[in-house]
Amino acid sequence: MSVSQNWRLERQRYRLQGEECPHCGAKIFPPRDACPECAKPAQEPYTFVGKGEIYSYTTVIDGPLGFEYQSPYVVALVKLDEGPIITTQLTDLEGEPEIGMRVEMVTRKLRTDGDEGVIVYGYKFRPLLLPEA
Amino acid sequence: MRDVCIIGIGQTPLGELWDRSLRHLAFDALQAAANDAGLAEAGIDRPDALFVGNMLSARTIDQAQLGALIADFCGWRGIEAATVEAACASGGAAFQAGVRAVASGMVDVAAVCGVEKMTDVGKDEITSALATAADADYEVVHGVTFVALNALVMQRYMYEYDIPHEAFANFAVNAHQNAVNNPNAMFRRAIKAETYNKAAMIAPPVNLFDSSPVCDGAAAAILCPLEMARDLSNVIPVRVLASTTGTDSLNLDDRHDMLSLNAARISVQKAYDIAGVGPEDIDLFELHDAFTIMATLSLEASGFAERGHGTDLARSGEIAIGGRVPICTMGGLKARGHPVGATGVYGIVDAVTQLRGEAGENQVQGAGIAMAQNIGGTGSTVVTHILGV
Ligand SMILES: [Zn+2]
Repeated sequence: MSVSQNWRLERQRYRLQGEECPHCGAKIFPPRDACPECAKPAQEPYTFVGKGEIYSYTTVIDGPLGFEYQSPYVVALVKLDEGPIITTQLTDLEGEPEIGMRVEMVTRKLRTDGDEGVIVYGYKFRPLLLPEA
Repeated sequence: MRDVCIIGIGQTPLGELWDRSLRHLAFDALQAAANDAGLAEAGIDRPDALFVGNMLSARTIDQAQLGALIADFCGWRGIEAATVEAACASGGAAFQAGVRAVASGMVDVAAVCGVEKMTDVGKDEITSALATAADADYEVVHGVTFVALNALVMQRYMYEYDIPHEAFANFAVNAHQNAVNNPNAMFRRAIKAETYNKAAMIAPPVNLFDSSPVCDGAAAAILCPLEMARDLSNVIPVRVLASTTGTDSLNLDDRHDMLSLNAARISVQKAYDIAGVGPEDIDLFELHDAFTIMATLSLEASGFAERGHGTDLARSGEIAIGGRVPICTMGGLKARGHPVGATGVYGIVDAVTQLRGEAGENQVQGAGIAMAQNIGGTGSTVVTHILGV
């Protein structure tokens, strides 16, 4: 992945910035220029709180290039509290994850491209550190 | 629009074909199809157009522009030719482009070739190459592989419908059983459910036998209008009754209901409407069993099972030859092999073989209408064809 391809995604990767549709109110992640719910233009930035629950998960036993040093690792679909589902790695797990488990966003190293290449940082999700009220 | 017929089919064996290059594989399949159609005897020295289905050649063999390359390699320099790409649905999409060209009247004889060369590069490279079917910015960057995406769907499916892993075993057993009698298949040995149940996990709950193999291969078909097919001797023309495509979000995570396989629902409903048939009329179904979960969702989306009940058809044996809806009759993606961009055309070739009554030991008796479905990504592009004699 090129430096510019990653740089363009900083707000999404570091802050979970998506969009809110001014027409139907849908919260959108990843951001795009047309609302997936009502197809009207939607470009109002919205920053997600970064909490949600595990919708599905699996373990990548033998990771592809750029992830080999992390293997095995757990990948999940996380349903954010505002609605969208996102793809992410789970981290700081103690034991098996389960569907429905509450998780929160943290910033971690996502991948590396050899010794010379770009190191990509971004969101991963971990079990809630503090119990919710 | 003109009615379109398949008048010739061809294929290469599937497997690790290190002695054959991509262009040779395409040539072998296309020549076989042209000979099968009897083009030379009919005084036709070349098709008017060539549509190539391919996903990975620019990455696996550093080669793009396969249309011109293969046309020239076949001795057809000068004809219209280009590649159609829709990830693992490239073959089906290329076939559809051929059908559209002939139906429109712009092209009389169209050749379609699905071809893929996967085994020239190592496992890591092919894993990364296959992942290009998913969203680079929002899926692949998190370390998901194509297998992992299917595992996420399967895990959710098993959770929502409370289905045990063993319920999927017969998809693999059936595919392997049917491949025994297919001389071109990659794995020509039967397996027991026990083999499936004991197989190593790749990305739980997806194990080695839930997943189809990486391999090389090429398949081809020759298309022409129905009235022209009648003039060509020695062919049983197989009619294309419907050719449709549905799409969904590229990202799996972007779907409200990832278990519905909506792109399949869209393309199948359109196909049934156009062909004037329903699931009860389909004598065999060459579906896209890249993973057992995809076979399950495809059966449900195509009207053969209610949601959550796709595996019932496997467990009860209704997917076997002689069952209510025979699938993967020549081994499917699981055992015949899954050379990604070629797979959609292999599905067409297998369906035509059945409709002509040439499937030997695996013949579905009285097969008159067949459906072939080709899925790109995690269900982002689904191409459905209904064929009949
Ligand atoms: Zn909207």
